[in-house]
Amino acid sequence: MPHKLRLTREQIAARAARELPDGAYVNLGWGVPNLIADYLPAGITVYFHSENGILGMGRRAKPGEEDFDLVDAMKVPVTLIPGASFFHQADAHLMTRGGHLDAAVLGAFQVSEHGDLANWKVPGAKGVGAIGGAMDIAAGTKKVIVCMEHTTREGQPKIVRELTYPLTCLACVDTIVTDLAVIDVTDRGLFLRELAPGWTSEEVQQLTAAHLNF
Amino acid sequence: MKQKLYATLDAAVEGIPDGARIMFGGFGGSGCPNNLIEALVRRGSKNLTAISNNCGTREGELSPLFKHGQIRHVITAFPGPHSYYFQERHAKGEVTIELVPQGILCERMRAAAAGLLGFYTTVGVATEVAEGKEERVLDGQRCILEMPIHADYAFIKADKSDELGNLTYRLSARNFNPVMATAATTTIAEVEEVLPVGAIDPEHVITPAIFVHRVVVAKGIRYAA
Repeated sequence: MPHKLRLTREQIAARAARELPDGAYVNLGWGVPNLIADYLPAGITVYFHSENGILGMGRRAKPGEEDFDLVDAMKVPVTLIPGASFFHQADAHLMTRGGHLDAAVLGAFQVSEHGDLANWKVPGAKGVGAIGGAMDIAAGTKKVIVCMEHTTREGQPKIVRELTYPLTCLACVDTIVTDLAVIDVTDRGLFLRELAPGWTSEEVQQLTAAHLNF
Repeated sequence: MKQKLYATLDAAVEGIPDGARIMFGGFGGSGCPNNLIEALVRRGSKNLTAISNNCGTREGELSPLFKHGQIRHVITAFPGPHSYYFQERHAKGEVTIELVPQGILCERMRAAAAGLLGFYTTVGVATEVAEGKEERVLDGQRCILEMPIHADYAFIKADKSDELGNLTYRLSARNFNPVMATAATTTIAEVEEVLPVGAIDPEHVITPAIFVHRVVVAKGIRYAA
């Protein structure tokens, strides 16, 4: 089983992109979510939100067109799409916390079967952690989609019954897109909606430390 | 007309005492008042409390202040992976830190600016940032009490100012600057250009002059990201 093919980071991003409806206002987090803008299906326009005060963020800037006054949440130079707007950081988070965005796609270290999210600090790691906008975004956004690898590099499940990593936000995750599956978090537990090519429900359950309904 | 224009960066940071609480605008290097920070290094004020989204990137932003041991406490959302001077001082116990969710950092400054004494939020409930904070249930939701953050000074970076201190910003370099400008006793703006009164269309003013106390022209320093 370890030799079975899993989706690449780009394929996870492409799959998550299909969860976004046309015209949606969406925040993208660090890591895999940041790739999503490159994989929107044809004919779909999504207005990407950046916590530093941009709505309508376009692709990353090409060499030569970078302007360091125009950067995304990772501080990388980006471009704008027609209809974009600027605002200050407080209004940017008024949009996240106040439930004005349609969706946020975030990375995660762990997600619990209740939809609890851990994505700001690794236990025992050096340093103080990095909250940034994650807690505001997770707490307020209508639909939170997590993109991550199904297991850690050591093969440990990242979908668990109870978090062992420091909490970002309780009961906030709606959908988990991994390199093995798409899983919905509901009041009645986790529901396996889709499998990566070549994988069975039983195999994915074995790599998940919480019960999957399928 | 109240004179707000300062001839030099050093004059603009005059009088900042040891122990001051200072907000620093910017999101990484974008919109960061790097010239004012360098002037504060020259001035040498110590035991500062810094309020800033990040804690420096390599040699830029807040890094020189950590390098010279001028900051004792920092209130921040995201110290940053390349905040080496901060990391070194913090590991030695020379700098203490309060980590605050980014939007809550903004709202705590806005509360200070707006004369509000605090607010309840669901953000951070049951997490490490809730430790020591009052928790209650409002409208069926667990929430915690957050208190205002005020500062003695705000260092901000704007694009243009008029002679009164009405400010405009450039692209996403706006970020924390307009928020911090409203929450400090004395706001000091470094700007690319100063224009005569009336030259900025009132509809284009982002930070009204009432919030701005000192203005100094300095071409933005940009450090490699």
